Amino acid sequence: MRPFDYERPARASEAVAAVAADPGARFLAGGTNLVDHLKLGVSAPTALVDVRDALDDTVQALGDGGVRIGAGVPNSDLAAHPEIRRRYPVLSAALLAGASGQLRNMATTGGNLLQRTRCVYFQDVTTPCNKREPGSGCSALEGHGRDNAVLGASEFCVATHPSDMAVALCALEARVRVLGPDGERTVPLDHFHRLPGAAPERDTVLSHGDLVTAVELPPPPEAARTAYRKVRERASYAFALVSVAAVVRVRGGRFVDAHIAFGGLAHAPWRARRAEEALRGRPVTEEAFRVAADTELAGARPGRDNAFKVPLAVNTLASVLRELTEEVR
Amino acid sequence: MDTTITLHVDGEERVLTVDTRTTLLDALRDRLGSTSPKKGCDHGQCGACTVLLDERRVLSCLSLAVAHDGARVTTAAGLAARDELHPVARAVLDHDGLQCGYCTPGQVCSAVGMLAEAGAGWPSHATEDLTAAVELDDAEIRERMSGNLCRCGAYANIVAAIREVSG
Ligand SMILES: Cc1cc2nc3c(=O)[nH]c(=O)nc-3n(C[C@H](O)[C@H](O)[C@H](O)COP(=O)(O)OP(=O)(O)OC[C@H]3O[C@@H](n4cnc5c(N)ncnc54)[C@H](O)[C@@H]3O)c2cc1C
Ligand code: SF4
Ligand code: FES
Ligand code: FES
Repeated sequence: MRPFDYERPARASEAVAAVAADPGARFLAGGTNLVDHLKLGVSAPTALVDVRDALDDTVQALGDGGVRIGAGVPNSDLAAHPEIRRRYPVLSAALLAGASGQLRNMATTGGNLLQRTRCVYFQDVTTPCNKREPGSGCSALEGHGRDNAVLGASEFCVATHPSDMAVALCALEARVRVLGPDGERTVPLDHFHRLPGAAPERDTVLSHGDLVTAVELPPPPEAARTAYRKVRERASYAFALVSVAAVVRVRGGRFVDAHIAFGGLAHAPWRARRAEEALRGRPVTEEAFRVAADTELAGARPGRDNAFKVPLAVNTLASVLRELTEEVR
Repeated sequence: MDTTITLHVDGEERVLTVDTRTTLLDALRDRLGSTSPKKGCDHGQCGACTVLLDERRVLSCLSLAVAHDGARVTTAAGLAARDELHPVARAVLDHDGLQCGYCTPGQVCSAVGMLAEAGAGWPSHATEDLTAAVELDDAEIRERMSGNLCRCGAYANIVAAIREVSG
């Protein structure tokens, strides 16, 4: 591990200034991803700027009926927060489906969004990886490919984003508050994570020195039913093969609207706008579930090892829609 | 870079100088001789290094020591009151919840932290209704303890031990 300096500023603006001034500096939050990467040699910063004193660690009500989640709020506290459990249960459920009790106690809202892919080659510095070392090649294209993306991938990278929380935030139409060297801005969660294209080294739209300070949620849609379903290799403590977050509203036997996001399929949480469109105004039927899911996955481009993800995603979404509409059919 | 930090380990104040790269686990084991937290994977995957940090269960292998200057650390050894084992440790022994024992200190710290979380009403992935009161049945215990692996497969007895303490 390369030696590094450590500092712990009290203010977000100081943390931003410290990282912006040093190309080798990185923010440190809970450390559950970054400390692992230090050990693996995936990341070799010259300085760590600990943001835990600088970041808000509270959940506040917003004037419009939404909430503002400080980027320093631990995953466990967020999942257990009474207002989140009551008004945004899909977010609690997604957080509780991720990692373990110990990890959730350490991990923060900001760090969770910025966690990096679990692609095995990305984490193994002896293998080529365009995300870790631009231009070196992508080992996952020909190698172990079970976890690879089936939507929105490129010839440069087929990695998936591992966060469960981000999938729920995507379906909830969250906004990410960012403080950078040039001031504050807001990025819709849907546009926060990038598709890999020719620059897989960039996971998100953030630049060096940009600090996530909060995540804001609009008020939950009135009378919506929500679910987070995660499919994985074992019952607990494993990353998603496929996951679905859904927020749906039904009236008079028809879908009013639906907000749907997939995890495990792409380089970013995947907002299923085609499926949402296919459901809007449609009667609640098995056929509608199928058509919506098939429409979304029509653009899937699986590789040798991950073709199973396509029917798995279709069946998971159909099953979630069935469960959420059971009482109204 | 060397930094001097203070850790309150199992009720004792310890001042030490650490390289910024030192994990809390290595500081405890190699520098302070506190060897009850174990190094299993060193990558956050097994739970053997679990300690209570200011009462919360965390993984000491993914914590940097410098980032926890001033913290109160409780290891499984520190849970015992003088010559009395902590009730969770006692129950694990009574139920044969171990074979080699390597995972045991982490299991015990994790269970103590987990019982406090459940006591505070925190739901888990196994909780049907996220807003209802928590009832620690076997499915709940297994889910909440899933971050602690046991290579000897003593899970059934670990669950029984925790159920006894929680009931
Ligand atoms: C064994 C294991 C299993 C796991 N299983 C799951 C799972 O099933 N589902 C899941 O979703 N996650 C899982 N995780 C991942 C875990 O959720 C993340 O590691 C965690 O959320 C990262 O948060 P952190 O605060 O610890 O981030 P850190 O490790 O501190 O930081 C991660 C990255 O984010 C950057 N960063 C941190 N905070 C900010 C900020 N405010 N602004 C800008 N950049 C920032 C850091 O510079 C770093 O690059 C697992 C992890 C482990 C080790
Ligand atoms: S899929 Fe992406 S992260 Fe994995 S080896 Fe290829 S370039 Fe690297
Ligand atoms: S040694 Fe820390 S989780 Fe395995
Ligand atoms: S008792 Fe041997 S690893 Fe659990």
